Amino acid sequence: MNYDFNFSVIWRNWDLLAQGLGLGLFLAIVSIAIGCGIGLLAAFGMLSRQKTLRWIAVAYVSAIRNTPILVLILFCYFALPQLGIALDKISSFIFTLSIYAGAYLAEVFRSGLVALPKGLREAGLAIGLTELKIKTNIIIPVMFRNVLPSLSNNFISLFKDTSLAAAIAVPDLTFYARKINVESFRVIETWMVASMIYVVVCYMIASLLRRLEQRLAIPR
Amino acid sequence: MNFSLFLAELWNARMSLINGLGNTVLISVVSVLLGSILGVFIGLVMTYGGWFTRFSVRLYIDFLRGTPVFVLILACFYILSVVGFDLSAFQAGVLALTLFCSSHVGEIVRGALIAIPKGQTEAAKSIGLTFGQTFIYVLLPQALRQILPTWVNTATEIVKASTLLSIIGVVELLLATQQVISRTYLSLEFYFFAGFVYFLLNFVIEQAGRAVERRISVP
Amino acid sequence: MSPILNISGLHKSFGQVEVLKGIDLTLQQGDVVSLIGSSGSGKTTLLRCVNLLEDFEQGEIELVGETIGYRESSGSQRRRLPEREIARQRAMTGMAFQQFNLFPHMTAVQNVMLGLIKTKRMAKDEARSVAEKWLERVGMEARRDHFPGQLSGGQQQRVAIARAIAMNPQIMLFDEVTSALDPELVAEVLAVVRDLANDGMTMLLVTHEMRFARDVSTKVVFMHQGRIHEEGTSEEMFGAPKTERLQGFLANSQI
Repeated sequence: MNYDFNFSVIWRNWDLLAQGLGLGLFLAIVSIAIGCGIGLLAAFGMLSRQKTLRWIAVAYVSAIRNTPILVLILFCYFALPQLGIALDKISSFIFTLSIYAGAYLAEVFRSGLVALPKGLREAGLAIGLTELKIKTNIIIPVMFRNVLPSLSNNFISLFKDTSLAAAIAVPDLTFYARKINVESFRVIETWMVASMIYVVVCYMIASLLRRLEQRLAIPR
Repeated sequence: MNFSLFLAELWNARMSLINGLGNTVLISVVSVLLGSILGVFIGLVMTYGGWFTRFSVRLYIDFLRGTPVFVLILACFYILSVVGFDLSAFQAGVLALTLFCSSHVGEIVRGALIAIPKGQTEAAKSIGLTFGQTFIYVLLPQALRQILPTWVNTATEIVKASTLLSIIGVVELLLATQQVISRTYLSLEFYFFAGFVYFLLNFVIEQAGRAVERRISVP
Repeated sequence: MSPILNISGLHKSFGQVEVLKGIDLTLQQGDVVSLIGSSGSGKTTLLRCVNLLEDFEQGEIELVGETIGYRESSGSQRRRLPEREIARQRAMTGMAFQQFNLFPHMTAVQNVMLGLIKTKRMAKDEARSVAEKWLERVGMEARRDHFPGQLSGGQQQRVAIARAIAMNPQIMLFDEVTSALDPELVAEVLAVVRDLANDGMTMLLVTHEMRFARDVSTKVVFMHQGRIHEEGTSEEMFGAPKTERLQGFLANSQI
């Protein structure tokens, strides 16, 4: 193999990569936040006693989970405008990723809710709390702590999924990496650096969340 | 939405869509098979290897799992041609998916193996089985039952990730669909159709996985 | 003066199985009533009906003169009261569970404070001082900042009792509060219950501790197959059981 490594073009463009990474993180954080809300609603929906509600939630979750995210992204960006829902690139991507995240988080929350002891709700009822107060004060906080490890995994894969924003030309890290690649032909360097950035950021997210887990852990 | 127009165009495009679907299935099957074989080796090394091999394999897994599949595909596609491997887009894509799959399977296999109680290996040794025999007759059958659900999950992930090959120009189902759309402008209908086909594909895989799981479950 | 609790003609089924077949029971202020009987006799279900944790099909439960859980609307249609109303009525009774059911993400004192703040709408400081008072009463003041996972079963149950009683209920319901405990931890919990009984708290308790039931109860109710089979004072029931079934039951239980 005869290849002269030359990273200078990468260093020259570090500001683009940083910008792209920043946008990716922003997209991930916003989508995950919205997705958590959707996921929570869908999880309660899946466990609801009302048949229609249950059906809608289950249909949403299994449809989204079994569809490739790229198809969803393209559908939302190119097809939805035909229905009069025209969003700009970034909003469209956030919309897609939130819906996508919601379905995955719903599954996480649902298993967390099912695993809670039944007595918690009854103890809440016994001291006169309403169902809503029981959910916000007891069920959700306890469930949330229990599912944090699997939430972390989902957060990381959602962050990695932001790389697909490049498919609709949202200028994220992958978008700029491709651009530098095409303009400079420093192929190996570009992709090495781009994937290293992803790996390192994923690693940092993981350790950050692990620390959060420890902080929030219920002492025993 | 013009439904009869869509049906007519769907009929017109049937051959290219079926071709695309065929490619999607081929890509997925090859990647999952190769990835799983590689993954089992990785899992074994991670569980029974010396510290240095364990460490290098750990790096391999963490690197692959920390990188988005999309970046992996682009990297395989661009880098390999530069260093002199003349791979087609199809081959580069399958390679990327295989690596991705192997890292997941490796992690799953390791998890399943370390979950088997130590006494199993000891009991197998005490009746005189070699390491290979112990693995094949005692450990693997037990690990398989635990591996299966997550493995099926990985397989559906690969099917979904195969759509990313469309971006490097492999005419699988999504790119075939996009080509039809660029001709007919029926983006709503055809994207929806493609999404539905992927849903069916993954649904079938999931159900098949469940059926197998029921068959092999130990009472 | 109206009784604290008046149950009349209570029927309850789980699907096809009728578990309560017409229960009548009255508790006056300061009564301590023990429900005894073999498992499946309906004791726990009766207790859970009083706390409205179970729906019931027929009959009426009055708490300090107020009918709870349902309203007779026109045409003698029974309608379940709105949730907020039921929550208010539940707060009039205190319940201690077999499995404690402490909230795992809150410290002992936070567990006690939650109902005071959310249901009684107390200010935080007031709730804290009430909670601390009750934790002291059950001997748990030193552990008030511990989480449930850091406490023994007996300690958890004492906190759970404090949580219930801090709501200042008209009546305390105890559902086999010592069944889930290791034998050496039973005494500390029973001491707390006895202490509350001596203090004049009205109580309805389901228990398998016959010696304790005999010592603490003003009235003992023996249930069998969803009915009250025999009832009387503690002396009558344990000293001279009338029915053969109660005699058999007591002979098989360790006193």
